[in-house]
Amino acid sequence: METYTLIVLLLAATIRVATPLLLAAMAGLFSERSGVIDLGLEGKMLGAAFAAAAVSATTGSVWLGLGAGILTAVALALVIGYACITHRGNQVVAGMAVTIMVVGLGPTLGLAWFNLGGQTPQLDGAGQRFTGVVWPWAETAREVPFPGVLYAELLSGQNLLVYFAAGLVPFSAWIFYRTRFGLRLRAVGENPQAVDTAGISVNGLRYQAVIISGVLCGFAGTYLSTAASSGFVRDMTAGKGYLALAALIFGKWKPWPTLGACLLFAFTDALATRLQGVALPVVGVVPVQFILALPYVLTVLLLAGFVGQAVAPKAIGQPYSKEK
Amino acid sequence: MSKEPAAPPFTPPDAPPALELRGIDKRFGAVHANRAITFAVAAGSIHGLIGENGAGKSTLMNIVYGFHRADAGEIRVRGRAVEIGSPQEAIAAGIGMVHQHFMLVENFTVLENVVLGVEGGALLSGGLAAARAELGRLARDYGLEVPVDAVVSELSVGLQQRVEILKALYRGAEVLILDEPTAVLTPHEADQLFTMLRSLRAQGKAVILVTHKLREIMAVTDRVTVMKQGAVAAEVITCETSPRGLAEHMVGRGVLLQVEKRPSQPGAELLTVKALEVRDRLGVARLKNVSFSLRAGEIVGIAGVAGNGQSELLEALAGTRSASGGEISFGGRDLVREQIDPRARRALGLAHVPEDRLRMGVVAGFSAADNAMLGYHDAVRFNRGGLRDEAAIRAACAEKMAEFDVRPSQPELRLAAFSGGNQQKLVLAREIYADPNVLLIGQPTRGVDIGAIEFIHKRLIALRDAGKALLLVSVELDEILALADRIFVMNGGEIIGELARADATEEKIGLMMAGVRVEVSP
Repeated sequence: METYTLIVLLLAATIRVATPLLLAAMAGLFSERSGVIDLGLEGKMLGAAFAAAAVSATTGSVWLGLGAGILTAVALALVIGYACITHRGNQVVAGMAVTIMVVGLGPTLGLAWFNLGGQTPQLDGAGQRFTGVVWPWAETAREVPFPGVLYAELLSGQNLLVYFAAGLVPFSAWIFYRTRFGLRLRAVGENPQAVDTAGISVNGLRYQAVIISGVLCGFAGTYLSTAASSGFVRDMTAGKGYLALAALIFGKWKPWPTLGACLLFAFTDALATRLQGVALPVVGVVPVQFILALPYVLTVLLLAGFVGQAVAPKAIGQPYSKEK
Repeated sequence: MSKEPAAPPFTPPDAPPALELRGIDKRFGAVHANRAITFAVAAGSIHGLIGENGAGKSTLMNIVYGFHRADAGEIRVRGRAVEIGSPQEAIAAGIGMVHQHFMLVENFTVLENVVLGVEGGALLSGGLAAARAELGRLARDYGLEVPVDAVVSELSVGLQQRVEILKALYRGAEVLILDEPTAVLTPHEADQLFTMLRSLRAQGKAVILVTHKLREIMAVTDRVTVMKQGAVAAEVITCETSPRGLAEHMVGRGVLLQVEKRPSQPGAELLTVKALEVRDRLGVARLKNVSFSLRAGEIVGIAGVAGNGQSELLEALAGTRSASGGEISFGGRDLVREQIDPRARRALGLAHVPEDRLRMGVVAGFSAADNAMLGYHDAVRFNRGGLRDEAAIRAACAEKMAEFDVRPSQPELRLAAFSGGNQQKLVLAREIYADPNVLLIGQPTRGVDIGAIEFIHKRLIALRDAGKALLLVSVELDEILALADRIFVMNGGEIIGELARADATEEKIGLMMAGVRVEVSP
């Protein structure tokens, strides 16, 4: 029974870590499937995290915070879009530039507005954070050993953004493979000229994709500062944007495999946290640095060896112009 | 390819033409790409548009399809003036286009490619079902069968082209423009295409065939518009003209379509290839068990549909791609086992004119003079005291330009400013001046106009007559037939047959290109 509870708790931690990763990976999925490399994920998330925490702290409403997070991330996405789509700039440079800018801008604005060393105030008032939604009979169910604990700890008690992220995967898959928009989006990332000759605007489609990426990054950032923690901290994304990109590649630019990749990364992360200071058989206590590096080592290994023939959208990274 | 008598006009003679261009004019900066182009295409006819590279055919068709906007002039569809500012408007006006490079999404199914842009609703399911039914009807009416659920990248090039035609018809095209449609086809596939075009004509469609191959114009068209330097040079009825007449209109002077040459006098074996094998990065064999020899004083032609190992063979011989097995004996050395690099091979007397001139043969941003010595830049004659001898470099280039009729004769000019034909002549001059024993030459006349083709062919024959061996790779069957003394046909990385020129017919080579092993008497 003890082991079972441990496993359930491990899975619960996995879900918490996986949520922002998944939101960001889905954001990247839309952008990259349209042919725009999304190296700005990290920056858009961080910007959204700051804006959401700042607005939530000021207004007392986490929903206004979410709105601010989304607006900020979309604005940053439009900067990338303007540079890469309208002016056919280098997508890697544009994404990195936005990320670097936000890394500095967030704490600077935070210092100016709140005078807390670049952080935002603690979100401890009612309605300032996304908190767990307890499902009916969760407490009663806890008494039932097997499915009850699962219900109480995993299904129930998560916050709204987690449920949103979970629903996003089938919804994205449906968009990509069952709708006109999805067909065109997939086409524009593969062969924009074919889309253009079919009389559809390549730039219009790419802007839509980039904006969707912004919206989803808004959710991801808001989750970090108002659900996973209570306020914005300098560099709080800690490379999650890049990890999401890695998950996206490992997931071969497809919604369901990307979900799998996110869960795998999140699980190793949760496992790493659990393993800190625990004596393992044979090796004994492993230094904490090694344990914490585990998810990243796994990322490198997976991307280097086990992805197989991950075929990127063919036109990714190439600005489109009519003249050949 | 047999010529059929022109079909009787499908529409009454007084009906307005399906497409009419009146005074189309277009400039790109200083270049006057189209000058007052006027012609009309009747419904139920196949209209040829022919001209050399740079004559303005593509610009004109891009204007009709809405990629460019004309500076002046009028486009009329079925007698009505239309404004075409985008492909969407062209499609709406009933104009469809099959581009030279297919506009297909390779990892989509045929069905998905056909509906892209005309999905018929926000959700796909309804549109896909309607398209499936419509494709069935088109298959019956025009004999255009395609596997609708197959992924496009798995289809043959001929079938992919059929998908492009279906895309246009599905969008209701009454005027169908095909831009160089046979460049990627085997002769057999080209014949199938022409059959399709004839059935489209019989159904009352207007077809515009843009090409630079005289043979095709003669085979399927009813009328021909010849373009030269952006203007209409002539408009003729096909059955009242001849290839020679058309060529004269294109170039503006008489042209020899067939190079005159004496029978070859093969001498000693200069280069021998045994069981040559090349694998790509994924370990897939691109060249399998290729063996042959080149003799002094002969031209060996390699025919085949692009992508069947010809490029790999050329590159393995030149040393720009490493062989994974076999041997190449040349000048008493084994080039494979000794891993001799391209420059050393050149020094041994094995010169190479690469297939992809712009990517591998020249640096387009450099001057003509620099390009004319590229690869030979270490030669004593180009250097003085460890520095470049500018005067000698320029003089050497001027000499090559004079001998190979490269125009304009300006060694300082950037190479990109020269036409394709002049670039190729300069590359050829560079390699021939090195006095090689064996010359490997890929696509010698790709992107080269008719006048320059004639010149290049004559130089290659002269080189042969001087006792050199030439290996010629070309996708133009006419070129192989015109130049080669022996012909190898490649399919799937193998040489699947060898023909002496006297035994070679287009039909035999075509069958072998498609992978059929033809028994040939030695």
